Amino acid sequence: MSYQSKSLVIAGAFAAALSGAATTASAQENEKCFGVSLAGQNDCAAGEGTTCAGTSKVDYQGNAWTLVPAGTCATMELPAGADGMARMGSLEALDRDLPSA
Amino acid sequence: MTQTDFARALLDPEADIPVGITDPTGRPAPKRFSVYRNNVASSLTRALEAAFPTVRKLVGDEFFAAMAGVFLRAHPPNSRMLMLYGDAMPGFLEGFPPVAHLGYLPDVARLDQAMRESYHAADIQPLPDAEFQRLIGADIAGLRLRLAPSLRLVRSHWPVVSIWAANAEGGPPPVPGPEDAVILRPEFDPRPQRLPSGGGAFLQGLLEKRTLGQSLDQAGASVNLPGILSLLISGRAIIGVDE
Repeated sequence: MSYQSKSLVIAGAFAAALSGAATTASAQENEKCFGVSLAGQNDCAAGEGTTCAGTSKVDYQGNAWTLVPAGTCATMELPAGADGMARMGSLEALDRDLPSA
Repeated sequence: MTQTDFARALLDPEADIPVGITDPTGRPAPKRFSVYRNNVASSLTRALEAAFPTVRKLVGDEFFAAMAGVFLRAHPPNSRMLMLYGDAMPGFLEGFPPVAHLGYLPDVARLDQAMRESYHAADIQPLPDAEFQRLIGADIAGLRLRLAPSLRLVRSHWPVVSIWAANAEGGPPPVPGPEDAVILRPEFDPRPQRLPSGGGAFLQGLLEKRTLGQSLDQAGASVNLPGILSLLISGRAIIGVDE
């Protein structure tokens, strides 16, 4: 593509984007109503010093670390290799590390 | 006792209480030190929970708290401001065996971190509409766009925006496939949006200070340029132009 035709393509895209933007501009003012509120995350998060749980051990020592992810990842059907790269392991394979109940 | 000894003991529950920790009567005060040590670990854990809400939801609260305990000891803060603490999390997740089967998790962490960076970035006014109209008449392929400091680009082989939406907003289940995310903050709250075709490469070009023409070349033949520019304009992300 020549420099001139590139300029035409870009100018056309800007014109199209701007004509569309005029209709979304009024909706813009409501944006903060449904955004993700991260407010307050720079709190100091102090105030937990009333317990002595700091004496608990850190138990990640190689294979001794026993927890498995147990959130929404279990319902995400994104198989290993979905990104085209080889992936290893599975929830089942890690179950052997669970403590016997 | 040096400050280094004290700091090391804070992050290692196996370490001995540093010599010289005493109560007002001069007796050793190991419990007081434990309270302080607990406060350090738990406040950093709380900070990480606030920082990576999507990762936390994916792996579950219990797993995340335990993993945070491992992370914070491997990567203690290097700034006294916790607002951006956790930038080492994506790399950490790449090498953490218990999540090796969740290939998308590091990129989801990148998205969570980029959301926070966007949230804390400076406010700025977008380019006025009249300026855009003037651009269209100019020699536009040679121009470079200046983008809002709150804009972030996260490119991924995984459907990161869909994963975010499914967890943050109850969106539909993600479909496997690559997604490039742009985080825009038109007002106060950042929001990740999926870029249209070619958007990741085009925006990367703009962020690397390439001209519009060079960025267009980079984006490939299937680029949806009006779609990308619509996102940037409605997200108030274009703040200026350099010749």
